[in-house]
Amino acid sequence: MSTTTRTPATPGAPERRTTSRSARLLGDRRLPVVVTAGLFLAMYVVGLSRYQNYGFGDSQVFLNLFIDNGYLLVAAVGATFVIMSGGIDLSVGSVIGFTTMLTAWLVQDVGLPLLLVIPISLAVGAFGGFLMGYVIHNFEIQPFIVTLAGLFLFRGLCLVISKESIAIDDSDVSSLAQTRVPLGVGDLSIGAVVALVVLAAAFYILHYTRFGRRVYAIGGNEQSALLMGLPLGGTKIAVYTMSGFCSALAGLLFMLYIQSGDPLHAVGMELDAIAAVVIGGTLLTGGSGYVLGTLFGVLVLGLIKSIIQFEGTLSSWWTKIATGVLLCAFILIQRVMTTRKKN
Amino acid sequence: MTTTSRWRALTHHHLFWPVAVLVALLLVNVPFTPDFFAIHMTNGHLYGSLVSIVLFGSPLILVAVGMTLVIATGGIDLSVGAVVAITGALTCSYISDQADQGALSSVLLAMGLGLIAAVVCGLWNGFLVARMGIQPIIATLIIMVAGRGVAQLITDGQIITINSEPYKLIGGGYWLTLPFSIFVVAAVVAVTVLLTRRTALGLLVESVGGNAEASRLVGIRSMRIKIMVYVFCAVCAGIAGLMISSNTSAADGNNAGLWIELDAILAVVIGGTSLLGGRFSIGGTVIGALVIQTLTTTIYTIGVPTQTNLVFKAVVVIVVCLLQSPKFRAKVFGARAKTAAPAAPAAVAEPADSAPKMEVS
Repeated sequence: MSTTTRTPATPGAPERRTTSRSARLLGDRRLPVVVTAGLFLAMYVVGLSRYQNYGFGDSQVFLNLFIDNGYLLVAAVGATFVIMSGGIDLSVGSVIGFTTMLTAWLVQDVGLPLLLVIPISLAVGAFGGFLMGYVIHNFEIQPFIVTLAGLFLFRGLCLVISKESIAIDDSDVSSLAQTRVPLGVGDLSIGAVVALVVLAAAFYILHYTRFGRRVYAIGGNEQSALLMGLPLGGTKIAVYTMSGFCSALAGLLFMLYIQSGDPLHAVGMELDAIAAVVIGGTLLTGGSGYVLGTLFGVLVLGLIKSIIQFEGTLSSWWTKIATGVLLCAFILIQRVMTTRKKN
Repeated sequence: MTTTSRWRALTHHHLFWPVAVLVALLLVNVPFTPDFFAIHMTNGHLYGSLVSIVLFGSPLILVAVGMTLVIATGGIDLSVGAVVAITGALTCSYISDQADQGALSSVLLAMGLGLIAAVVCGLWNGFLVARMGIQPIIATLIIMVAGRGVAQLITDGQIITINSEPYKLIGGGYWLTLPFSIFVVAAVVAVTVLLTRRTALGLLVESVGGNAEASRLVGIRSMRIKIMVYVFCAVCAGIAGLMISSNTSAADGNNAGLWIELDAILAVVIGGTSLLGGRFSIGGTVIGALVIQTLTTTIYTIGVPTQTNLVFKAVVVIVVCLLQSPKFRAKVFGARAKTAAPAAPAAVAEPADSAPKMEVS
């Protein structure tokens, strides 16, 4: 049992013995993750050499990557599951925006305690994901179009709650947002800690449980998975439910980070999440990848933002361009790898 | 031909449901705005709700027509919104640099520059999809993410406003009593229909969408066809970008054409083109785009709060997709046909009549 769970198998792609070292390296599924981790290190070293005098080397600057991108990490973890199963979820950004709006409204205008609002928001997000998964599986409509409808729906529901942004001055929220977890070399926010816990949970689920193997199997080859007797529908619906749950949780973290609800919060964040997953080395065709790669993907995107801040003269739109260029590079790497494997 | 069979032939025409939805949406307006269909002449220009629906829907129709051909080859183009922004930004920034913003030659040159940028984007998308074999969603995602950054780079993050009479014509001007953009849209649609339905091009596009490998084996240059449709789609988006920036006399790298790719895909789906590729209907797409624009207008006119616009759109997408899904029809309508048969033994013809309907529609 433990030996089989350890290596997430890609059905239909048996390991080949190759004598050439470079060919073996290119055939290794871990290569994209290693490349991304290497890229992160290289960017960090460049940052160190350029901005050492401005305090780039502080350990807090590194920890801030987690504090400033915790919500993106949670959303990207959810997206990793969906993409690993061969689907796609475009509703992530909308669900995040809707959650900030819903929590802000419930806490601020309705006056519910935060402890009650959190489970409500998570349940709404998970239910939204469940519905999308249900429609995708039962009526065989492409995930792309169903989650696109979800994108419209949740963004619309944001506006139905309120057209204006709602600032949160609830004492529970602000005290939670200001709580810091000391680590000796610096501190982390509650949001960053939650994000790391989610990452650990996802790592365990994906690599050490039966459910995780089903996700890999369905993404690798849906027909084979079906013939093997795996519960296709249940797994698919569960994957989208998890993505909805993660998006709602990301929305809560975003709400803590920014302490307001706004109908235009997190517009386009699904693309950041997908970009993080791709840069992290998960194959968009499904069936191959590591959730740790997603962590590095998020860190690389976060580091681009920090470097642009440290640079000072570069404007924010360079973030988009740099993300696009990286996305392109990693897609091409993936492409080369998959063609190599086939030959 | 009996009346029922003629009726069935009508309802089974591929444009029946899109047109029916459009007509229904238009009729919904009448109780709220009694003179909804009235068109009157002011200062030699035609005004009226119908004219403004077509006017405001023009960029969407253009983008959706380009998107139809891409979807017909089994692809999708997410980058059109960014292409709209890039084209508008490039054209407006060139015009704003001129000493005489009204000079026709420099306006034409600026528009040419914008469209060349669009062609480059299309070539890039086509190259990634056809040559590199990358999934279309992902390949076009790159420009979708980076494109708005490029547009903001061109405008330096500002909203560039211009004051150019000739450029104003394409998006906000009038010609022969009608908005000029209607003529642009009509020309693009006519050229597309002629090229795809009067030449073999449409057939080739559909065959590539049906099975790219098989069509390559029978001698169709499927790679070239694919690159061509992405370029065509980008050019359509580029013209829409000119229209949008001309209508507002401004280029906004961040917001121009925001969400237009989603509306365009929606229009294509409502028009009856399958997202799986292999067949398409330009007429259906035009009607689909008009349905979306009418929906927006209707929401404004009947006094529903405008913020519910997106919820309505979402419901429309879901309903249209469910109705298009064979599995959904089999589950919902098929179940009803089965249960209806034993309950009403007199209506034996009824289930037999409805059975073939399931297959065709």
